[in-house]
Amino acid sequence: MQEKLKEPGSEFKWVGTRPDRPDGVDKVTGRAKFGADLAMAGQLVGKVLRSPHPHARIRSIDTSAAEKLAGVKAVVTARDFKDQPSEFIPAGEMMINYKDVVRSVMAREKALYEGHPIAAVAATSAAIAKEALKLIKVDYEVLPHVIDVVEAMQPGAPILHEDMFTAGVDPAPKTASNIAKRIEFILGDVTAGFKQADVIVERSFTTQPVHQGYIEPHAVVASVSEDGQADVWVTTQGHWIVRAHCARLLGWDVGKVRVTSSEIGGGFGGKTVVYLEPLALALSKKARRPVKMVMTREEVFRASGPTSGAHVRVKIGAKKDGRIVAAEAELKYQAGAFAGSPVQPGCMCAYAPYDLENVKVVGYDVVTNRPKVAAYRAPGGPISEYAVESVIDEIAGKIGMDPIELRLKNAAKQGTKAAYGPKFGPIGMIETLEAAKAHAHWRTPLGKNQGRGVASGFWFNIGGETSVSLSLNEDGTLALTAGTPDIGGLRASLCMMAAEELGVGMDKIRVQIGDTGQLGYNFLTGGSRATFSSGMATVEAAREVMKEACKRAAKLWELPEDAVEYKDGTVRPAGPNAGKHNPMTLQEIAGIAGKTGGPIGGYSRINAAGAAPSLATHICDVEVDPETGKVSVVRYTAIQDAGRAIHPSYVEGQYQGGVAQGIGWALNEEYIYGADGRLQNPGFLDYRVPVASDLPMIDTVIVEVPNPRHPYGVRGVGETPIVPPMAAVANAIANATGVRFTELPMSPPKVLKALDEARAKGAAKI
Amino acid sequence: MRYEAPSSLDQAVALLAKESGDARVLAGGTDLLVQMRTDILDPVLLIDIKGIAELRQIKEEAGGYRIGAAVTGAELKEHPKLMAVWPGVVEAANLIGSTQIQGRATMGGNLCNGSPAADSVPALIVAGAKASIVGPKGRRDVPVEDIMLAPRKLSLTKGEIVASFVLPAKAPRTGDAYLRLIPRTEMDIAVVGCGVCLTLDGKGTCTAARVSLGAVAARPLLVAAAAAALVGSTVDAAALTKLDAAARAACQPIDDKRGTKEYRIKVAGVLARRAAQIALERARKG
Amino acid sequence: MAKHHVTATVNGDAVEFLCETQETLLDVLRDQMGLTGTKEGCSTGDCGACSVTIDGRLVCSCLMLGVEVNGKSIATIEGMAHGDALHPLQRKFIEHAALQCGICTPGVLVAAKALLDKHPDPSETEVRYWLAGNLCRCTGYDKIVRAVLDAAAEMRGA
Repeated sequence: MQEKLKEPGSEFKWVGTRPDRPDGVDKVTGRAKFGADLAMAGQLVGKVLRSPHPHARIRSIDTSAAEKLAGVKAVVTARDFKDQPSEFIPAGEMMINYKDVVRSVMAREKALYEGHPIAAVAATSAAIAKEALKLIKVDYEVLPHVIDVVEAMQPGAPILHEDMFTAGVDPAPKTASNIAKRIEFILGDVTAGFKQADVIVERSFTTQPVHQGYIEPHAVVASVSEDGQADVWVTTQGHWIVRAHCARLLGWDVGKVRVTSSEIGGGFGGKTVVYLEPLALALSKKARRPVKMVMTREEVFRASGPTSGAHVRVKIGAKKDGRIVAAEAELKYQAGAFAGSPVQPGCMCAYAPYDLENVKVVGYDVVTNRPKVAAYRAPGGPISEYAVESVIDEIAGKIGMDPIELRLKNAAKQGTKAAYGPKFGPIGMIETLEAAKAHAHWRTPLGKNQGRGVASGFWFNIGGETSVSLSLNEDGTLALTAGTPDIGGLRASLCMMAAEELGVGMDKIRVQIGDTGQLGYNFLTGGSRATFSSGMATVEAAREVMKEACKRAAKLWELPEDAVEYKDGTVRPAGPNAGKHNPMTLQEIAGIAGKTGGPIGGYSRINAAGAAPSLATHICDVEVDPETGKVSVVRYTAIQDAGRAIHPSYVEGQYQGGVAQGIGWALNEEYIYGADGRLQNPGFLDYRVPVASDLPMIDTVIVEVPNPRHPYGVRGVGETPIVPPMAAVANAIANATGVRFTELPMSPPKVLKALDEARAKGAAKI
Repeated sequence: MRYEAPSSLDQAVALLAKESGDARVLAGGTDLLVQMRTDILDPVLLIDIKGIAELRQIKEEAGGYRIGAAVTGAELKEHPKLMAVWPGVVEAANLIGSTQIQGRATMGGNLCNGSPAADSVPALIVAGAKASIVGPKGRRDVPVEDIMLAPRKLSLTKGEIVASFVLPAKAPRTGDAYLRLIPRTEMDIAVVGCGVCLTLDGKGTCTAARVSLGAVAARPLLVAAAAAALVGSTVDAAALTKLDAAARAACQPIDDKRGTKEYRIKVAGVLARRAAQIALERARKG
Repeated sequence: MAKHHVTATVNGDAVEFLCETQETLLDVLRDQMGLTGTKEGCSTGDCGACSVTIDGRLVCSCLMLGVEVNGKSIATIEGMAHGDALHPLQRKFIEHAALQCGICTPGVLVAAKALLDKHPDPSETEVRYWLAGNLCRCTGYDKIVRAVLDAAAEMRGA
């Protein structure tokens, strides 16, 4: 069942309806071209030599034998990339440092994780490229490694970066450690707060790194011609970002590099950074031929960023009436081989759904010998909010209060000051809780061995730099070019907003995602910003077209410009001049464009501001097999505030997709490392994402508390859905079994073990 | 890498026997191609046996069935009679992988890949299946439980190929079942697998039983003590409790990325009970 | 080492190609024939993005060698529509928004068609288990299952 709390009235013609997406036919016929689907004449195959050691000093690399192999046209190592000074720049919602980026794409002094690129070759065939890799001689000095976040923080742990001195600590430490920084967010006085509490619950939680799990591996085709012009075809969430990183790492002018984003087969944050692109460009330059590089699935797991594993301690104090009087959290997130885990957004989100006076959240960013983490859908949020929502559930149980009521009692609303700084505008926390309370799911009786859990979630959403171009073709149709790659229905939404503004049919507007040479800067698709930002820019561009159309008609009619208005898809004289001339359609305006001044278009270049958070409440029913510990999710309802759902089907799709990933994270997904620091499950066989038979239908409810700062009230929705599921599932399991799980994933061996231990103490319900 | 597609068993055996390098039999390819792709294997010769009649046919024989070693799981399921006679075997073969995998995977490959977690093997063992092996010295029939010795190690000698599986005539009031425990609902390698086949007399007493466990030792086990727990009983609660204990006692599992020792032991007992109950229902019906 | 000469049919058209022993059918379809609709997600048979049918049988093309399809009839996503007319499954996928990024979509459609060709009236559970070998990371499978059931109903004339 998919529902909306408010059905679209006659207010809009397109917005809120469910038309076919414009890129749908290409995708269901196999015509759409993804990263690995392009071939360029004369292209070479590029392959990467990767470190087999999780931690090693690189004494020397000898590529001479590889270079001599027939069919090998280029070999690159760190020597081919200039070192970079330390400088932090945004990558989606996280920050990265170019000094680290240049080392991440190609190891310099050290191999810092198993899978770390050491060298790359381009050859006339995959077989020759593979052979060439075998001929590269690397002299490693193997070092002790550390892959657990808590272990990495201990004094005496193997140190990854000898120049890492924990930032945010006063006085600054004098010895290097693996703790890149310490941060804190404080509101009020938690010590005083805890003194007022009638009940206090303190728990520690552990989560494992999980991968974004996109089905399409990283793929790129790069071509550098003799005059230094470079073309890149790549599956990415942000081609301007790719351009920026590559230009920087290779020392080229940004304008020399043109990046085209292919269709993208999933990203979820994992395709907001570069891996193969700089390597392919460097190889292409050396070989003077195009180079195609595609990661194998094994490489995707060994060498592309998962999200952090973490250790989280949460302590919450509440009064008997449910009011939370103090909330504390300590978050230790692992960043992988280079600093930059999402511990900061994790800290910021932890208590954001609630209106609290006393909050203290402390976070540590810790490096470990694993691939550098990349953003994963609401980076940092699911981890901290899993812990907080679990403890809130436990508090509800202790004071005998309904878990939805407890959340309502403390819900953030307009005017609430969040612990991380801002005062909220209108937000939908209360609305999603009320909708959950009223939903049939909440009232349905449970069966044997079943339990029900509820959890809420918050994500900020961002705006950012955006450029959109809208051209009126000579026959009145339109060409809309946006720059944020379409991961899941964006083109439909943009087309709908443009159609709504212009009063024309959607079939008159052809949408495409332009390359970096066709538009001004566009920040990437991530942070749930594409519909919001490109939508805002689309509306602005459409309004420019309408304004220009009025100007041209005014010229034709010899009226002042402000005497002409655009209404219902036509241009007509307004006010006292009404009726003096027949209205003109956009098609007719297009017909006179040339003689009234030239082609008509709108070009919007903005830094979209006013992005607003999206809140959610989820309800989950599980069934636990008491003899095997296997957990099945038997019913799930995701309720979330979309602000305004432009295309409800694609909003529902975001809710359902995030839920599926959250369930996988809760039950079965994890990186499994051996004591040797090597990944044991780099494939979809043993990295267990949910399959179709694992899940029930995922019911959704779209709540709409419009965002006043967007022309259509849009809030980003893509990330919030992954935030509540882990706690919703854990709370449901606790409800079914009487056992609370503080370690993810809650896989059958762990569940059975915990059940048996609880049974021995008489504490199990099944 | 060479590829040959012989049309007779003799040709296939000759190719396999005379190759000095690593020669591999190719049936469904669902294990072999993965191992080639991940550089575990680098054969010099692939011998595609799918063109050999015996390996691709299902024939009734001596009241039972001779199932070609290269018949796919999907074909087993589509056979008009096999599912009714040996549901445990057919279901087991169709638990392997996905619909796509079942379109190619074969019981011959599942056995000869040499994984202790192979799904079809415990089911074949409890059905009393024999592997009909053809080699340079001729043909020999070997109980399936004697084929796998250890992970990746078979009792076949150089040049021998499993040509078919012979399932005996099924005694009246016999039922077979195979269950496995995996963390998801599909697509996983068995953490524990258990096959049970039992026969009842007219009064509902179990007169014969076989119990086989997969993924709990270096090879699939035929557990005599577990069978003994059922024989002479009406497969009542007491017998099932004894069965559970006997199954657990037989396990020699490892800790790995799919399960812990203690988990495998516990679940072996649980699955043995559950599989026995299904086998019992099937035995009662026919 | 001489290559193998293979003749087969792809989407009803006769084809001929040369391939080395270890080239998979997936490699041949994508790199030699330019049929890039079939995708490579894992190359170990775990994701289903490479699904095709061989003589009507649903398989992973990453687990078949090019040389194995001699004389066989292969159907890929590119052959699913008939001229201008999309297959009901293709239409229903668009209608139900059963795709987001679209990378798994060709494999899911080929698999779903193989299901409905054999079982025209599947239950929700049967659809889910049949499609268990097709991973989707975007949709959570809900709209995919609804689209398949709706297409099945339409094809039955229900």
